[in-house]
Amino acid sequence: MRTETMAASDKYEAVIGLEVHAQMLTETKLFCGCSTKFGAEPNTQTCPVCTGMPGVLPVLNRKAVEFAVKTGLATRCRVSPYSRFARKNYFYPDLPKGYQISQYELPLCEGGYVEIVLDGAVKRIGITRIHMEDDAGKNIHEGAGNYSFVDLNRAGVPLMEIVSEPDIRSPREAAEYMRKLRSIVRYLGVCDGNMEQGSLRCDANVSVRPVGQKEFGVKAELKNMNSFRFVEKALEYEIKRQIQVLEEGGKIVQETRLWDSAAGVTHSMRSKEEAHDYRYFPEPDLVPLVTGQETIEAAASSLPELPDALRGRFVSGYGLPEYDADLLTSEKSVAGWYEEAVKAGGQPKAVSNWMMGELMRLLNEEGKSIEECLVRPAQLAGMLQLIDQGTISGKIAKAVFEEMYRTGRGAGDVVKEKGLVQISDEGAIEAVIDEIIAKNPAEADRLRVGEEKLMGFFVGQVMKAMKGKANPQLLNELLKKKLR
Amino acid sequence: MKINREDVRHIATLSRLQVSEEDLDTFSSQLSTIVEYIEQLNRLDAGGVEPTSHVLPLQNVMRDDLPSPSLPREEVLRNTPDSTGKFYRVPKIIE
Repeated sequence: MRTETMAASDKYEAVIGLEVHAQMLTETKLFCGCSTKFGAEPNTQTCPVCTGMPGVLPVLNRKAVEFAVKTGLATRCRVSPYSRFARKNYFYPDLPKGYQISQYELPLCEGGYVEIVLDGAVKRIGITRIHMEDDAGKNIHEGAGNYSFVDLNRAGVPLMEIVSEPDIRSPREAAEYMRKLRSIVRYLGVCDGNMEQGSLRCDANVSVRPVGQKEFGVKAELKNMNSFRFVEKALEYEIKRQIQVLEEGGKIVQETRLWDSAAGVTHSMRSKEEAHDYRYFPEPDLVPLVTGQETIEAAASSLPELPDALRGRFVSGYGLPEYDADLLTSEKSVAGWYEEAVKAGGQPKAVSNWMMGELMRLLNEEGKSIEECLVRPAQLAGMLQLIDQGTISGKIAKAVFEEMYRTGRGAGDVVKEKGLVQISDEGAIEAVIDEIIAKNPAEADRLRVGEEKLMGFFVGQVMKAMKGKANPQLLNELLKKKLR
Repeated sequence: MKINREDVRHIATLSRLQVSEEDLDTFSSQLSTIVEYIEQLNRLDAGGVEPTSHVLPLQNVMRDDLPSPSLPREEVLRNTPDSTGKFYRVPKIIE
């Protein structure tokens, strides 16, 4: 063994499990009819039920159950025929009832998995359970001086908590798993997946252990990671920190740690041990939830084609590489756009290249989604035809596409208006070549005696003079004829 | 089961209640009596009885996902001892 010479990070393996909270896209809260709309004036979407007034009764939102069942089916969980709610008791200013209504024993869904693709390999991450619960309100500290402010609009908004098995072994896997879950809930239309606005949140349980050891190490719980990048960064930091503690002969303390994205570190919340004594008990205000075969079948039949199935179809049907297929299917809208472009006559791989290249670049520059894109799929297919017919070169096509992107006009119109039609007239190109050779006699001689790299110089000069419109293939041929 | 002074202190902390030293003894003896009284139920053989989480013979009481009006903010905030007119105002939460 060369253990002694191994880096500390090679001697240890990380064990990660994620708890993901997804806000469900219902119109109303989990147990009352208040609106769930984001961004309303503070404390304008509350009622006696969600503010915990005495004597009220919560009534379960049917839609939320349907959404949670769909999510369970999409992640290959068993949907429990019998489940119930429980009270999780704790005091905090954003929790007016003094307890969260959650599920403890008998959650709605159990024992599923999702698949992630990493470096071309497929890995299964187990899902322990999915349960429903209501969200807390929001505390505001900034600008509150010696006080804190509380907005209860979010109190009672329906959440799904999706708990993974400790199957994740690296920060990258964790981020991929999050991406896959986001993709699934967005395909289902049960959550908008917006991490910045907090409609998809993630806590991580992370520990390290010497490679080969079966038992788990002592874990820390990480909170406050509101983007995929932060999930990855926070876990990287925390794993390094734990390894360092162990290498220095220390012990890991079981605790909750907050990710500080500005400083790039996690630090202990130093909460009192008592804070985690939740005294769960069955919620007496809600009757049991019985989910029959009929309900499950109805949900199953309404499931859309999911990202994994679509990825497989893109590979087998369009001959795309796994990588392309994975990227194009991460969003339902992107996948739909792609298929429309192919149906309109675009060559599958060419459409993929243009979408993953130019289109995504332009959209990312403006932080826009594909729904906001002015170019229609058929217009991209039309532009690809102009390239195939030799009307425009691939290089010019980039400029054409950018103009199409800005204006939403078709490729043909843009090419005509900007005079971008490719010049394939031998005489016209030859005339420019002669002109450039006359201007650069020394370079021409050097190329004639074998200085090949000057070929690029001449191609560039002619293209520049012709504003990029020369047919590149023809230009190369003609140059070779003249200068060899 | 005896509820000792420490148990009372712990429960009081979880419930955000201040309990004086002399009251710890009073509550500890009162709570012990209550728990011991209820513990008589353990003498029954309930081996074949399914645990009950609800006494009503009901299941699946649900409502459709249709919005109903919320309360006006002024009315809601009347229930709090302190507000800004927009927000509930509470002692600073130290995190």
